[in-house]
Amino acid sequence: MLEQTMSNVKVVEGSEAVALAVKGCRPEVISAYPISPQTHIVEWLARMMANGEMDTEYVRVESEFSAASVISGSSAAGSRSYTASSSQGLLLMTEVLYCSAGMRLPFVITGVNRALSAPITIQIDHQDTISLRDSGVIQFYVESSQEVYDTHIAAFKIAEDPQILLPVMVCMDGWILTHSYERINFIEQEKIDSFLPPFRPANFLDVNNPKAWGSYSEENVLMEFKYSVQQAMQYGKKRITEIFAELARITGRDHGGLIEAYRTEDAEVILLAMGSVVGTIKEAVDELRSIGKKVGLVKIRCYRPFPHEDIWEAIKAAKVVAVMDANFSMGSEGALGMDLKSKLCGMRDTPLVFDFIAGLGGREINVKTVRRIVEKAEEMLNKGLPLSESYWVDLNPEILP
Amino acid sequence: MYSLNQRFDNMEIPEDEHMTAGHVACAGCGASLSMRLALKGLGKPTALVVPACCWGIIPGAWPQTAMEVPFFNTAFMTTGAVISGLKAAYRRRGMDDVCVVGWAGDGGTYDIGIQALSGAAERNEDVIYVCYDNEAYMNTGVQRSGGTPLGAWTSTTPAKAPKSEPKKDMDEIMIAHRIPYIATATAAYPHDLIAKFKKARSMRGMRYIHILSACPPGWKTPENMSIEIMRLAVLSNIFPLYEVENSEVFRQTVIPDEVEPVNNYLRSQGRFKHLTQEDIQVYQREVTTRFERLKERFDRIAV
Repeated sequence: MLEQTMSNVKVVEGSEAVALAVKGCRPEVISAYPISPQTHIVEWLARMMANGEMDTEYVRVESEFSAASVISGSSAAGSRSYTASSSQGLLLMTEVLYCSAGMRLPFVITGVNRALSAPITIQIDHQDTISLRDSGVIQFYVESSQEVYDTHIAAFKIAEDPQILLPVMVCMDGWILTHSYERINFIEQEKIDSFLPPFRPANFLDVNNPKAWGSYSEENVLMEFKYSVQQAMQYGKKRITEIFAELARITGRDHGGLIEAYRTEDAEVILLAMGSVVGTIKEAVDELRSIGKKVGLVKIRCYRPFPHEDIWEAIKAAKVVAVMDANFSMGSEGALGMDLKSKLCGMRDTPLVFDFIAGLGGREINVKTVRRIVEKAEEMLNKGLPLSESYWVDLNPEILP
Repeated sequence: MYSLNQRFDNMEIPEDEHMTAGHVACAGCGASLSMRLALKGLGKPTALVVPACCWGIIPGAWPQTAMEVPFFNTAFMTTGAVISGLKAAYRRRGMDDVCVVGWAGDGGTYDIGIQALSGAAERNEDVIYVCYDNEAYMNTGVQRSGGTPLGAWTSTTPAKAPKSEPKKDMDEIMIAHRIPYIATATAAYPHDLIAKFKKARSMRGMRYIHILSACPPGWKTPENMSIEIMRLAVLSNIFPLYEVENSEVFRQTVIPDEVEPVNNYLRSQGRFKHLTQEDIQVYQREVTTRFERLKERFDRIAV
């Protein structure tokens, strides 16, 4: 049993938990630009700087595009680098994120989830970070502020692993996590320091050993550059699991590996989801279990690389998987649904997969919503009809055109 | 022909080369010569950040490079921000002696990169930003930019509908940022160019150097005329050579003994071939007006 002193435990805002995790990781360069609901994170960091609690370069840029650009430059010079953004701001970073992954720059970004315009909103869904899924940025999604705190500390170590060297984005739901207060167990600085030594990469923009980065490349090499990112992603699955386990040994808190399987052992219906909604789903699963329904949950912690091997192990005995996507690929389906179906395609005796679109733009998902999704999945299962289109949950027909 | 308003103290052009032969610039390229001279002025340790532009290609394709300083290729809009982050990291890692230089074309400066540049200038980042200005998107095949001069042909402003707006006055925009150092330079005056880079290197804070850079395919000029044409730009006050400290002290560094009419400059280039005598008169008035505004400030503070 791990000792927990009272000084390690404090009730803080989710954004402050992120800022404290970042501070604990001793970043050398931070760039900052405001956007709701991310802003509190960079405000907390600015306060820590001003109070002398933290010593780092803090660049107050003029856009998210520059926020990403600053840390691509600082990371290339071999400095541990960090920024945070949300929604439209994350989209504005897109070009730089592709470049940074291609140049293997291991910075960390907090992606505070918020829907995309239009219509304009500041409410949450996962459309923003999902839109970056193909960029080569590793993506984690978290359920709680404790998990967001712990995951940030793991994120730097994962990004900087010499065989990974990719940007990492820790995705957390806006408002629900950033602006709510939660009891957080903090990790002592000495333990963070021994877990995460200073970042001193073998390659950086070294004036004593000058090299060209991101050079013009022709058809004879570009595929190999891109494939090497995929190799790092594949290798990353194993390494991420190990690093999460190593941190769990230090903290005594095990949030799971690439996924968390919750009451899936004999489950006939398995919900698949990620983000803060998982807490609600767990409660719904418990309720359904208490009335004898064999329901379970797979929570995705690591979305890129996509942990289909682990998911398969958890779902292979189920009859149906109800995917809950807080995003949608217009003209097709939700991203998680597509990812899962593509991996199951061609396999034998797979569960049926139904894709539910729920919670876009902050639409409430409560225990009853989850129960309705389970009922709908059972109904479709009994009809024996695989649903080729996503099912949009709780649409209001009165305001549809 | 002209007189110099800065002393070179018997300056010899340094023999050190920080880029090698074998780069892929066009014959007569002002941009490759400008880089070669600029690096002589800057010396080492220096690190370069270059967005999409001819200079993204000039060093050669992977795995070759003609550069003997760290060279970071970055996305088009990013230069001002990447140099900010790079410098912050060097400072943090005890390598504050590294001179961080952003090197972008006119498209990357006047147009797509102006926001990040303005942000870096406003923050007075400790970097040098160089705009090598060949007055159009040359790397993509001569399309109009905000730096393209009035009346010029480009592939998006064909001769029947040439550019109808004057060149954006980027220097005035930078002067409005009140940064420590701004200079114009061209490889036609190598001592002047090198002296300005040496001076910029010796200073701290944001420094901006605007280089006029001839482009034979884009300007439709013979490859052996680049130096002469860039010199004509200076002697006709189209591209006056000067420097500004803290937006207060303005000094013209190369003063034409007798100002040439713009006609000679314009007639030397195919991109202006379609201009009528009336067009050239309009052009002359534009150039004279702009120079008179500048000259007032040269005159106000005696060197």
